[in-house]
Amino acid sequence: MLDAILAQAASHPTSAAAGLPSELQTFVVNLVYLIAAACFIFGLKFLASPKKARRGNTIASCGMAMAVIATFFDARIMAGGAKGLTTALLGLIVGGGIGSFVALRVSMRGMPQMVSLLNGFGGLAAGMVGFGEYLRETFVLAHVPGVDVRISVAMSLVIGMITFTGSLVAWAKLEELKVKVAGMPLSGVVMFPAHRIMSLVAGALILVLVLSLIGSEKAALLAVLILVIAAGYGLLFVLPIGGADMPVVIALLNSFSGLGAAATGFVLHNNALIIGGSLVGAAGLILTLIMCSAMNRSLLNVLAGGFGTASADAGGATATTTHTGTVRKMDAEEAAIVIDASQNVIIIPGYGMAVAQAQHAVAELMGVLQKKGINVKFAVHPVAGRMPGHMNVLLAEANVPYELLADLEINPEFSQCDVALVIGANDVVNPAARHDKASPIYGMPIFDCDKARTVMVCKRSLNPGFAGIENELFYLPNTVMVLGDAKAVVAAICKALKEA
Amino acid sequence: MIASVGLVDLNQVLSHIIVFVLAMFIGFEVITKVPATLHTPLMSGSNAIDGIKVVGALIIAGSAEHWLTMVIGFVAVVAASINFVGGFLVTDRMLRMFKAR
Repeated sequence: MLDAILAQAASHPTSAAAGLPSELQTFVVNLVYLIAAACFIFGLKFLASPKKARRGNTIASCGMAMAVIATFFDARIMAGGAKGLTTALLGLIVGGGIGSFVALRVSMRGMPQMVSLLNGFGGLAAGMVGFGEYLRETFVLAHVPGVDVRISVAMSLVIGMITFTGSLVAWAKLEELKVKVAGMPLSGVVMFPAHRIMSLVAGALILVLVLSLIGSEKAALLAVLILVIAAGYGLLFVLPIGGADMPVVIALLNSFSGLGAAATGFVLHNNALIIGGSLVGAAGLILTLIMCSAMNRSLLNVLAGGFGTASADAGGATATTTHTGTVRKMDAEEAAIVIDASQNVIIIPGYGMAVAQAQHAVAELMGVLQKKGINVKFAVHPVAGRMPGHMNVLLAEANVPYELLADLEINPEFSQCDVALVIGANDVVNPAARHDKASPIYGMPIFDCDKARTVMVCKRSLNPGFAGIENELFYLPNTVMVLGDAKAVVAAICKALKEA
Repeated sequence: MIASVGLVDLNQVLSHIIVFVLAMFIGFEVITKVPATLHTPLMSGSNAIDGIKVVGALIIAGSAEHWLTMVIGFVAVVAASINFVGGFLVTDRMLRMFKAR
């Protein structure tokens, strides 16, 4: 009886609680959603320029606030009474509290982990919204949901849960948790025996369950099974992908999380969710493709996994150096003398800079060099760091103006460059990518820093980086190695330059 | 299957698909113009926008029809709020740091 009344209230909102005729009220709420969606588009549009970007983010957040407030005027919530209102508000307060706590505390180095977690919660939310709405329709309101709703519910369950567990694995890999799974370090490639077969079986099972769910009028058990198996599939999906490929994975999960939101929009017949979700889906997809092309690898090749074998630490301790060429070494004072005599310096930062937290020292070096009238530029590879744009954020944190940061388009300038200073980057400066067809990174666009008069490589040891690939740059006649912790070395160079 | 097709409002489905496709086009147009230097804030900011799922979550939790859907809705509201509050705040923190010369 009560269910029937609620069903009535939900599908044909006649309870005009705010005194407005219900149709008008629904219209106004939907209009606010449309304004919110427009705010999101403006927010993203303003990201085209670093000057306006912050304003864009504020506009998008205002859109979100409007959408949240408008939702409280939805007929279904108004029918829910005080109990529903309290639950909804409590959820907002708890989630908002956790979100702000984490967002205000996370370090810039930890940003990839933060984004992974955000992706994960986005996935969980999509899965739960799909599941909750399915239960509402089928059991609470005793409707038979239309085929369109069933398809969308299945999509949000599958995409949401894969995103949820996949992002948690990505987070754990990025956090470099010293955990072993099946005897393999989590941050590297983890493959169970018969991993591919397990993935295939899980994928096939999901497909069968999804088709059954779409074919049944109500099937809560099927929905639960889909949730569980999709969650398992998310683990199998990300575990074999090595730390070095995380930028691609994060971008892809970002896209999934958006598509999950769009799916819930189809479930709830809400265009704001569809618009918001597809914007995010597009953003993630574009970044995924940019990352793949910057590594000259196909998305399938990345997803197949097994690429990054060394630990995420720049310079895995277990890797052995087999190269027999000679290496020239310098200490920081000698390096400072060479730098002091130069006119053009290009700094190439990599994840090693983030690990050593050397961005402030690097910014100080920039200041010292500029004071001496030396031109300084930064060459930031699209896949440097652990997520798209990671180096840029770290350098911005250290007050390096963004105009000094260049992408691969800086390559022609290396021939006029006196010193190319490589700080914690490795594969993105390996000349093997240009000519060695046997190298795993063959074809990847790299910085031609070997064309500079002197290449200075600041690195902790001579061990190869992530992918365990030997770097022939270190053995070139115009290369000198300045071994040591990036922060300490750069600080020592600064000190020597100031005294010179 | 065939009977249940009768429950589908095909015009509504079509209008959703139109919105989806057009929004994807807008997304591609707008996002390809974001410079590489802002790719990290783009990810965290789009994550925040993704938190719009909170609308659906609030309706499930707030309609208070059954304890089970309320629990599921509550979990969804918490997850989505972490997403949008955390996302917007961390994006703002990053964008505040991007300065010109």
